[in-house]
Amino acid sequence: MTLRLDVIWNEWPQFARGLGNTVWLCAASMVLSLLLGILFVVPLMSRRRSVRGAARAVVDGGRCIPFLLLTYLVYYGLPSLGLSLDKWTAALITLIAYNTAYMAEILRAAWAHLPAGQTEAARAFGHTGVRLFRRIILPQVLIAAGPVVGNQLIQLIKDSAFLSIITVPELTYAANSVQSFYFVPFESFLVATLLYWALCGGVEYLVKRGEQLAAVVRRGHGR
Amino acid sequence: MLKWSTVLDLLQGAGLTVAISSLAIMAGVPLGLLLALGRTGNARVVRRVCAVYSSFVRAAPVVTFTMLIFFGLPALGLSLEPLPAAVIALALNTAAFNSEIWRAAIVDFSRGQLEAAQAVGMTGRVAFRRIMFPQIWRASLPALVNEMTLLIKASPAIAIIGVVDLTRKARQIAATTYEPLPPFVAAAVVYGLALALLVAAARRLERHLRRRYGAL
Repeated sequence: MTLRLDVIWNEWPQFARGLGNTVWLCAASMVLSLLLGILFVVPLMSRRRSVRGAARAVVDGGRCIPFLLLTYLVYYGLPSLGLSLDKWTAALITLIAYNTAYMAEILRAAWAHLPAGQTEAARAFGHTGVRLFRRIILPQVLIAAGPVVGNQLIQLIKDSAFLSIITVPELTYAANSVQSFYFVPFESFLVATLLYWALCGGVEYLVKRGEQLAAVVRRGHGR
Repeated sequence: MLKWSTVLDLLQGAGLTVAISSLAIMAGVPLGLLLALGRTGNARVVRRVCAVYSSFVRAAPVVTFTMLIFFGLPALGLSLEPLPAAVIALALNTAAFNSEIWRAAIVDFSRGQLEAAQAVGMTGRVAFRRIMFPQIWRASLPALVNEMTLLIKASPAIAIIGVVDLTRKARQIAATTYEPLPPFVAAAVVYGLALALLVAAARRLERHLRRRYGAL
């Protein structure tokens, strides 16, 4: 058995396009779902029980649905409510909606484990409401949640492979179309998996660098 | 609304999802332990191979990995039917994640106990079976259950090789009835219930273990 890597090499533009689509879809939905997660974490930490309960139900419900099922719900289900979406919009909406539930939960956990002292001190200095959240709580929550957010980004990249099923031309779709055209399944999926590996490795590296940076910044402030 | 025959159809899909996920978990949990033992063992080559395997498979999307197993392995002369291929792909995938969990428990395990076991004359194998394993499986249980829920949520990936699991069944019903929402929502509810049941059972087991053997 010989690996026909020359075929893959000749078809590299397809892989590159697929990888590019995977990257921008994940990056865009990561940023947006992080912002939405920040909005959503506020009701999750609300002192009012009914608000907290409702937010909890939405987040937990969202985290129970498999990604592919949510994709089907958005892509095939929403049109029956009169909302037809092309595959790109459906892909983005699914990625964002799915990921927002996880983001909100990650931020909530980071917030809940924050030492109370700083928030109390800020309250004593008269910070309240939005300003307290934006200037005191949020920066600490984001730094504390950094590594977990990185892990979730890796999860998102892997989930995005499901989008090939609704024919979004991302990396797995590209690999599948190359393999079905030239019949090189092993080589094609192996290369795709290696590219995912590299991508996730890159994210891991960036998270590690970010952590080091955060540690330096925190030490600087302590002085 | 959903007809009775449709509900039965969906339940059939749910049964397949449960069966395949259970098989994958039953194979993947011990396999993960083997990988973890390989990674923490003395043989350097084995350590390397296990580490690369775990890193590679954990980075691979389940869809892509399933296609690699089902479409790719026949090119290497190993043909598989869709059902066994689905079980093998999910088991190999979850084993990589489980190996990380087992490894963390093994690394955290107190050296003192192992040294004590050695001092009373236990061989490494006996010490593992009677001292280490009874403690590390309890330490790993919550994380292992978490990984099981992730596996169940990733299991719709096997639809790509033609296995009709719950998600795929819902899609088929949606396509034939032209009413996509009811089957999808019903499927989502079934997944939610299955995951909630699993998590509740694990909590009970953890509580029972704590009461019986004390905290770790």
